[in-house]
Amino acid sequence: MNEVCFKNLDKENPASLATYELTGGYKVWRKILNGELSPDQILAELKTSGLRGRGGAGFPTGLKWSFMPRNQEGQKYVVCNSDEGEPGTCHDRDILRYNPHSVIEGMAIAGYVMNATVGYNYIRGEFMEPYYRFEEAIKDVYDAGLLGTNIMGSSVSFDLYTHLGAGAYICGEETALLESLEGKKGQPRFKPPFPANVGLYGKPTTINNTESFASVPEILSRGGQWFADLGVENSGGTKCFSVTGNVRKPANFEVPMGTPFSELLELAGGLKKGRKLKAVIPGGSSTPLLTAKTAMKMTMDYDSIENAGSMLGAGSVIIMDDSTCMVKTLTRLAHFYYDESCGQCTPCREGTGWLYRMLQRILDGNGKSDDLDLLMSVQEKIIGNTICALGDAAATPVESFIRHFRPEFEYYIKHGKSMVEIDG
Amino acid sequence: MISDQSKKEIDFWVKKYPEGRESSAVMQALTIVQKENNGSLTNELIKEIAGYLGMPVISVQEVATFYENYNHKPVGKYVIRFCHNISCMLNGSDDLISYLEEKLEVKTGEISKNGLVSVKKVECLGACVGGPMCQIGDQYYEHLTTKKIDEILGNLK
Repeated sequence: MNEVCFKNLDKENPASLATYELTGGYKVWRKILNGELSPDQILAELKTSGLRGRGGAGFPTGLKWSFMPRNQEGQKYVVCNSDEGEPGTCHDRDILRYNPHSVIEGMAIAGYVMNATVGYNYIRGEFMEPYYRFEEAIKDVYDAGLLGTNIMGSSVSFDLYTHLGAGAYICGEETALLESLEGKKGQPRFKPPFPANVGLYGKPTTINNTESFASVPEILSRGGQWFADLGVENSGGTKCFSVTGNVRKPANFEVPMGTPFSELLELAGGLKKGRKLKAVIPGGSSTPLLTAKTAMKMTMDYDSIENAGSMLGAGSVIIMDDSTCMVKTLTRLAHFYYDESCGQCTPCREGTGWLYRMLQRILDGNGKSDDLDLLMSVQEKIIGNTICALGDAAATPVESFIRHFRPEFEYYIKHGKSMVEIDG
Repeated sequence: MISDQSKKEIDFWVKKYPEGRESSAVMQALTIVQKENNGSLTNELIKEIAGYLGMPVISVQEVATFYENYNHKPVGKYVIRFCHNISCMLNGSDDLISYLEEKLEVKTGEISKNGLVSVKKVECLGACVGGPMCQIGDQYYEHLTTKKIDEILGNLK
């Protein structure tokens, strides 16, 4: 446990430059500055490591970096997505607070590989403690002479800045994030062109999630194969999971990919006394809900969770016990997507409102017998019909909650109250 | 009026972006100016920010109304932003929000009679393992209980 991103968690002052360097930090960066590591060597190690984008989409990081036109003239950018906001997710916050240097080193390495001399870390506006911690870390690295122009007399240059958001879930979508970074409303762009060709200020840009960047230095320090072997086939390495909801000790855990779900549940203290597991959302609110029976059989890696009918997503495991009212829980999620839809695409803007209002009507005891069919029909019409994935993300919980717990919704519509006696 | 101090703070952000890309600093400019104006924005201030960053007023207005953290009506001296999303809800945030409303005699979205506190229900603040949680100013308060809320409120003056 805690071998990569959280490896300094148990040390004193885990966020300090001294602690980071004591445990091998900036060794890879110094090797680069000494001309001992080429971009191609780094790309090869990353591909071997099997590191996949930790933000939710799971796209291979090495491959993503190789898409950048590194020899094209002109400015190029590296951007870190620290706009963590998927309900149930809070491990990037801890990486920023307790291991900010791994993110800085990861971004600097990315800049070197892709020939990008400027990086921005987009931190959500509410994360002020992580922001101050990260700013302090950047200052320390500059003071140590490890960032800037022609660093330590090398031909390598990299400048790093933080940018703060102001409260918009959609800015976690990479092109919305770029719009926001340019000082605009965070509305996703059409793709193609992809950011690797037309990104920030129209220049080639690569955006990775906080945890992805934080994993890079350790991968290059100990080898891609070492990282790959920590996990299972198709899911290399460790992954940070936030385990929340109806467990005794909600917390973040970095465990090897392929860890049985049941073990992760135990790490979080298991269920409260006398409670039974009812359902699990394995990857954050945008990933399909699973029943207890299915969840208990899965392991925490991309393939196993996909075979179980959901997605690893951002690694945000939300546990619901038998005191949970599914109607109320789904209504709360529907409100979230309604609130966070950027309004650009009609199916999402209007559809999320429909979904929320209909569910609220059921929750108020005014549901009608054909409401469930209508809900299913509305969510179907959102899926695949929007510029970004928020539309699908809004539809997913509606579809999966009703599919697995239809009788509970029918009971609520018929009786105007929940069939669950104790409402969590 | 935006004070010289705020302008200095805005300049700190402007310097982070390439020349000609001053508008990248608009979100922080709005945040800084809002803080100086007791937690909310006015059309005059938005116009002034537009002038200072060389942006069309409508572009600043768009940003100011798109993002959640900007207020366009006065708020209390302290704004309690209480998360009501799934992980906090599963751990009893709704009961705590009701407790807060009763204790302060305000509804979410309103300001307490003495002007000290306003309460806002917000979506996920990214501290789910610490739920139920809320944010006041720069600070997060986690693992909340009625007792902890009493303590927090007692310290707001």
